[in-house]
Amino acid sequence: MTFSPQLEERFASLIKRYPPDRRRAALVPMLLYAQDELGQVSKELVEEVARRLEVQPLEVEEVVGYYSMLRRQPLGRHHVQICTNVSCMLEGGAELWEHACKKLGIGNRQTTPDGRISLEEVECQGACSWGPALLVNYRYHHHMTVEKLDRLLDDLRKLE
Amino acid sequence: MLYNEPSPLEVKVLTRRFGLPDSASLQTYLAHDGYVALRKAQEMSPEEIIEEVKRSNLRGRGGAGFPTGLKWSFVPRHSEKPKYVVVNADEGEPGTCKDRLLMEYDPHQLIEGVLIAARAVGARAGYIYIRGEYRYLIEIVDRAIDEARAGGYLGEFELYTHTGAGAYECGEESALLESLEGKRGVPRIRPPFPAVAGAFGCPTVLNNVETFSAVPAIIRDGGEAFAALGTPKNGGTRLFCLSGHVNRPGVYELPLGFNLLRMIEEVGGGVRGGRKLKAVIPGGSSCPVLKADECDIAMDYDSLARAGSMLGSGGVIVMDESTCMVRVAARLMRFYAHESCGWCIPCREGTTWLRKLLARIHEGAARARDIDLAGDVARNMLGRTFCPLGDAAAMPTIAFVEKFREEFEAHLEGQACACEVAHA
Repeated sequence: MTFSPQLEERFASLIKRYPPDRRRAALVPMLLYAQDELGQVSKELVEEVARRLEVQPLEVEEVVGYYSMLRRQPLGRHHVQICTNVSCMLEGGAELWEHACKKLGIGNRQTTPDGRISLEEVECQGACSWGPALLVNYRYHHHMTVEKLDRLLDDLRKLE
Repeated sequence: MLYNEPSPLEVKVLTRRFGLPDSASLQTYLAHDGYVALRKAQEMSPEEIIEEVKRSNLRGRGGAGFPTGLKWSFVPRHSEKPKYVVVNADEGEPGTCKDRLLMEYDPHQLIEGVLIAARAVGARAGYIYIRGEYRYLIEIVDRAIDEARAGGYLGEFELYTHTGAGAYECGEESALLESLEGKRGVPRIRPPFPAVAGAFGCPTVLNNVETFSAVPAIIRDGGEAFAALGTPKNGGTRLFCLSGHVNRPGVYELPLGFNLLRMIEEVGGGVRGGRKLKAVIPGGSSCPVLKADECDIAMDYDSLARAGSMLGSGGVIVMDESTCMVRVAARLMRFYAHESCGWCIPCREGTTWLRKLLARIHEGAARARDIDLAGDVARNMLGRTFCPLGDAAAMPTIAFVEKFREEFEAHLEGQACACEVAHA
């Protein structure tokens, strides 16, 4: 399996961070950064990472199954994560979530047919004092309203 | 740009550089007392550093509130194995958003705290475990580490960031260490505690971002000065994350012992819309709720413990009279059931059954005995789970049911919940 030079460089720097006999420690960061580039954690990626870290593919699989940010299926180009936990809920996070689902016609962890936008209802994202909040591909949007969400989703639909 | 306006009532110790131009840079840090404490610490013996931290009455800012100096003193002085410093930046407790700011605006303060801790225990390397969603912070902290290394501040010490990938449980220290080692974030049996067998089986100091970030001020200005800011045995300030139904939600640094009602009224600008206060979750979602008439209270570890709750991670969630407490309890249990790692049965089964029960009550489909059943299930989890997540789910549930029982009863069979109407 070949990766971009940037990802190879990142892998090399990750592996150096841990004691030589503990290189497995690089597993979660490697999977997440690889997923950022490839869109998902595929079977081939699992095998490649297992080979590089000298662990069994099954040991990688059990890690993939545990962490909510690691996914086996690709999501939309713009992944919209809306928090509905209590602080955001008190400010209308649940209503934002319902509005997004209705507007896009998709549900949790689903992607629009054109592959552009996917939705996920998430737990606390650490934006409680500036809620309701959501993330689009690691980028925070605070103080959201239904109107702002409408504009954001319209923009994302147009964005390449 | 800051996320919220500061309050004139704040006592700025850890947040004093917030809002300065380029506050995350080494240059700004050095212009405002940066790395002064590290130089001072280099002339102190490890024992003297630990004594100074003990004098400050600094207690863990992650949730448990354990005295920091004491925790450091548990690391064996002589060890054949290397020692580590690990920073818990897996901020995930609902209601909590302060570590984010400490890393975004002042990463060098955190790094300096880590370097002082490393000197105090003789550690050779450190890891800052940052939740995966905080990707932009990893970039900021990485840049600061590079600057500190280039400036010669790290010396022989090695410091790295390490990304999580979405798991609340990894905020629990032993699960964090498992995760750091590339495994599922499942808690470890203790003892041995991390001070003896932590990262890679080696002696480890593990603290929250805010805890480490307090250390430079303690060494620079002395432990006594820091202690004097708070109340007895509760030294210093805290970053309180005010959220929910207040006019001015935000993160504010206030002395420990600050009165909660005053925090809501004078710092937060009062309850929104002129409504009446109903309840407050005082320290993040794992802390039992306080009714409005319990909120005339000093916000420190001991006062909240006496009131049957906790200071936790500093997340103060304010709820007005229109809030449906059954809905809040049910939503929180959905969170805990989702985040339970599944390792031990009382937590895995308990949170799942409580999620179903509380949802059923909220939907108006429950029977009268379900309210007592929810309390029973929660009480049977207490103290029987492998890690604190079980208690974190059970304790608030017991408080919601006991303190707002009439609301749970009003939801019984056939009765629609008024909360959706109140929020419309």
